[in-house]
Amino acid sequence: MTADVLMPLLPGVPLLLGLAGLLLPPGENGGSKDKKGRRGAFLGITGAALALLITIVLLVVVDDPVQVSTTWVSFGDLHVTVGFALGPAALYVALAVSVVALCVQIYSVGYLHDDPRYAPYAAQVALFTGAMLLVVSANDLILLLVGWEVMGACSYLLIGHDRRLPEAPAAAVKAFVVTRVGDVGFLLGIAWLAVDAGTFQIDELLERTGVPTVALVLILAGVAGKSAQFPLHTWLPDAMAGPTPISALIHAATMVAAGVYVVFRLFPLFAQSPATLAVLGLMGAITLLLGALAATAQDDLKRVLAWSTVSQIGYMTSALAVGSPAAALFHLLTHAAFKALLFLAAGAIIHAVGTNLMSRMGGLRTQMPVTFWLFVVGLGALAGVPPLAGFWSKENVLVAAAHATEGDGPAPVWVAWVVWVAALLGVAITAWYATRLLLRTFFGHVRSRTEDWFVGFDDARYEVPPGPAHDPPRVMRWPLIVLGIPAALLGLAAFLPGFRTALELESPHLSVSIVAPLLLLIVGAGTSWWLWQTAPGVDPARALGRLQPLFAAGFHLDQVQDRLVVRPVRAFAQAVRLTDERVVDAAVEGTGTTTTRLGSALATAHRAALPRAAVAVFTGVLVLGLAAAIVGAAA
Amino acid sequence: MTMNPPGVSGLLQVLLIAVLVVPAVGALVVALLPARSDRGSRLVATGFAAVTFVVSLALVLTPSQRDFGWFRYTATDAIPVVPFAEVDLAWVPRLGIDFHLGIDGISYPLVVLTALLTTLCCAYTVWKVPEGGSGRTLAALMLVLEVGILGTFLALDLVLFFIFFEVVLLPMYAVIAGWGGVRRREAARKFVLYTLFGSVLLLLGVITVVVAAGTADMLALAGGFGLSRTTQYVAFTLFAIAFAVKAPLWPLHTWLPDAHTEAPTVGSVILAGVLLKMGTYGLVRVGVGVAPEGAAAAGPVLGILAVAAILAGSLICLRQTELKRLIAYSSVGHMGFVLLGIATGTAAGIQAALIGNIAHGVITGLLFFLAGAIKDRGHTGDLADLGGLRETAPRLAGLLGFAAIASLGLPGLAGFWGEAFAVVAAIQRGSALWITLAVLAAVGGALTAVYFLRLLRRVTHGPATPAVTGFTAIARPEWLAWSPLILLTLVVGLVPALVLAASADPVAALTGALR
Repeated sequence: MTADVLMPLLPGVPLLLGLAGLLLPPGENGGSKDKKGRRGAFLGITGAALALLITIVLLVVVDDPVQVSTTWVSFGDLHVTVGFALGPAALYVALAVSVVALCVQIYSVGYLHDDPRYAPYAAQVALFTGAMLLVVSANDLILLLVGWEVMGACSYLLIGHDRRLPEAPAAAVKAFVVTRVGDVGFLLGIAWLAVDAGTFQIDELLERTGVPTVALVLILAGVAGKSAQFPLHTWLPDAMAGPTPISALIHAATMVAAGVYVVFRLFPLFAQSPATLAVLGLMGAITLLLGALAATAQDDLKRVLAWSTVSQIGYMTSALAVGSPAAALFHLLTHAAFKALLFLAAGAIIHAVGTNLMSRMGGLRTQMPVTFWLFVVGLGALAGVPPLAGFWSKENVLVAAAHATEGDGPAPVWVAWVVWVAALLGVAITAWYATRLLLRTFFGHVRSRTEDWFVGFDDARYEVPPGPAHDPPRVMRWPLIVLGIPAALLGLAAFLPGFRTALELESPHLSVSIVAPLLLLIVGAGTSWWLWQTAPGVDPARALGRLQPLFAAGFHLDQVQDRLVVRPVRAFAQAVRLTDERVVDAAVEGTGTTTTRLGSALATAHRAALPRAAVAVFTGVLVLGLAAAIVGAAA
Repeated sequence: MTMNPPGVSGLLQVLLIAVLVVPAVGALVVALLPARSDRGSRLVATGFAAVTFVVSLALVLTPSQRDFGWFRYTATDAIPVVPFAEVDLAWVPRLGIDFHLGIDGISYPLVVLTALLTTLCCAYTVWKVPEGGSGRTLAALMLVLEVGILGTFLALDLVLFFIFFEVVLLPMYAVIAGWGGVRRREAARKFVLYTLFGSVLLLLGVITVVVAAGTADMLALAGGFGLSRTTQYVAFTLFAIAFAVKAPLWPLHTWLPDAHTEAPTVGSVILAGVLLKMGTYGLVRVGVGVAPEGAAAAGPVLGILAVAAILAGSLICLRQTELKRLIAYSSVGHMGFVLLGIATGTAAGIQAALIGNIAHGVITGLLFFLAGAIKDRGHTGDLADLGGLRETAPRLAGLLGFAAIASLGLPGLAGFWGEAFAVVAAIQRGSALWITLAVLAAVGGALTAVYFLRLLRRVTHGPATPAVTGFTAIARPEWLAWSPLILLTLVVGLVPALVLAASADPVAALTGALR
């Protein structure tokens, strides 16, 4: 009973508070802006805290999956419901979402303390959170789509929030448009599923067999857009133009996690279709390697993290493809913890040194010890250093892939091999770039802010307090520390039977299978460290040689996208516009002018002087008379 | 002689008559008021419009004794269309023409929307009269427009329908030609000639049907009334072209951008908000209702044209440089979705079309109000000159963002239902053609997002241009006119049943005849 009431409130509370926050004055008028910002912050923090509270109560109350639903509207014989369903696994995701959202809301108070438009910002974060919770809790595909798309809109608003960045509006538009292109497939996919099954309700859909493969592949298009999978991943690195807490939100708990979660939610359908799993596996493996390789050559701290997200989400989709939704979800949870930590910690660094670029950082270890140690935990978890969180979840993915190569899973064997090899290679590359990031940011010598420092400085000119960099203020530090705990320890939850049954996770077994990834981890991290040792202060990415610019540009896929999609569409649109004006409309106008001309020609013909008119009349009479006479004679 | 249709209370009949009489009397009163009390007459007009709105609400909310188990004789064994309020007076008995009005689940959202938008536009006129003529005349014209539009939605007699359909034409011409922009005369002329061309075809269609069936009663005609297949084909072709001009359907749309760009703000709002709906409503009520076999046969052609409209509309918007023109072309795309829904001929498709109609009316009405506010303040609608609106007028920029996001079909807001379920209905049809149409329509939906985001990026983001500096804050009357639309965008999105609750039976009656 409690659950029935609380489930709609879980997404409802943050959504309502978010809407209420949007009504607050934007706070542009100098003097009173401080107070208004505080009201917005209060609403935002309350929303996230209440969502967290509701999740915890639900976790205590709910043992078995619960659901509640009521009819929303009917189109013909298709009924759309407002239905919620939550099982333990979904609740853990909701927990991750609300914890990260709360940390982001609190952290933002410090990070954007001088922002004149804080109220709409906090409200949009609350909407974002509520939308993700809606995706997590929805038991109806249309309701899920509502959350799914509201998230897209919020990401657009928040990425474009920073008015000091000229590239922010373009990045915001790109994020919305690229995900929206994927959503064309998503909408068609769920429409197809629903028409095929006669219902939008997920629990009823899951009981079906023989689901059309086309529908599932179409849904994958939407997943690729939201979860930044190849080839629709291009928006995510650019989305870095958003304020750093937003990056944490998008990368850790919402948006990119949504795609993986939807496949997890619908997995019984996907498991019936090896072809779809093959597509997913290929997509995941390509994304995994692409993201990791691109991360090796970035100079922008946030971009390294962004590409690492692309790569880690690739791990999750790969796990789904080899038939292990549990491993995917486990990695989603640990990733939420360590990626939120990494982004928020990166924000602390950017605030302290006033740049995103690692080539302008160095030696921050002594100046920012707390941030340094949190970064070590976060990067260790990312690379999979035992016993940090990422190690256990990544291990799960690798074991699942290795199992699937034996051919007893739903996925084709060759997909399992591709995924397994890619995932192993990914371990080494991840270790390499994580080490590079740590060394370049925190080790080496401190770079002072000389004139030279500003050359080529085109990222945001954050105002930086004079003096050496220091750890962030308390309001920013505590969220970091809170997130550090799960980033370090969440992996050990795999040993808790309750957690394992909730996720349907297999018990961790430390067999020989961990030798290969650990060796690769050491090779990756060791190479990076050795390069740094041989040439201190020099970017280890230089060793990539001619590959470095290729990786840095993300394999030039942006240009490919521009050439193959953007420009043709633009040219086509221009052609259609011209056709509309010069053919369709011209035909209409032409009809008008032709009629007018004919009319005036006739009018001129009628305008005649008396003699000519008289002649015409008589001629007429003559002709008519003759005709009458002939007709009469014939009769 | 009153043919009192059984089961309808006298109160409902009075309300049904009042909803037409009040604005008609209002128009007369306002026109007769002395010219010097211009503002006063505008207030009086607003009063009449508001009363009409209240009456229309009462009409919908008063419970009808007719439940849907009501039996009415029809020629076919399909479910009959039973309006929940009805008035039937003999008018020209020898020709079988009645003054027959009624309201049911298909028409009531449009009736309420018309009354609401007219009230808002009149109230807006109290505050601001566009240059060109007296505000009193404009207000009176809007009330005449309202009579025509409401009559079209209420008429249950084909000839009566045609007459009301025509009543709308001249006042709209006058509004554009009298209070419009620089090229208003050309635009108004194009509008009136183009739609007159449609009307001629409509008249032909009406005559064809009335002569063949011997009655003009739309309830009796519903479901084909045993009209021969050929008659239905001919009638539907005529109706479809006539309504396609009004809706407008590509490629018969070119009057729309000119009319919208030149029309004053209130004219654009009425035009986009409810006037275009006469076309889609007519297609459902008259086209599908009277000639179902024709509709079924023409479905694929209509569907292809609708998808062409969606794609052409959004692609043209992508390269559009003028604010109001862009919104006008976006209407072409949105109405394409509505027409796609109708073309499928399924219950889901027609219901999608109904809610799409309402959503487009609300959202595009709001967009034109906002565009008008921007053009009035900045004295330009050129996208190249506008920029950085969120720096100088954050509220206005926020509202524009909201309206644009609603218009691109964000789920949870009004625009979503019509577009998504038009696609669903097309997939329901299942054949290769319809699936292709569904895919193309969905792609058009994505393009819609692209051009609206391009618009927002141009207008709201970036540094403020000279044109947008010194914008005055949003005035109280503006809030008054806009906030109902903002609320409705949200409410219809969250509670679509408001529009669709009573539509299931009448739509089933219409589509039942299709099978």
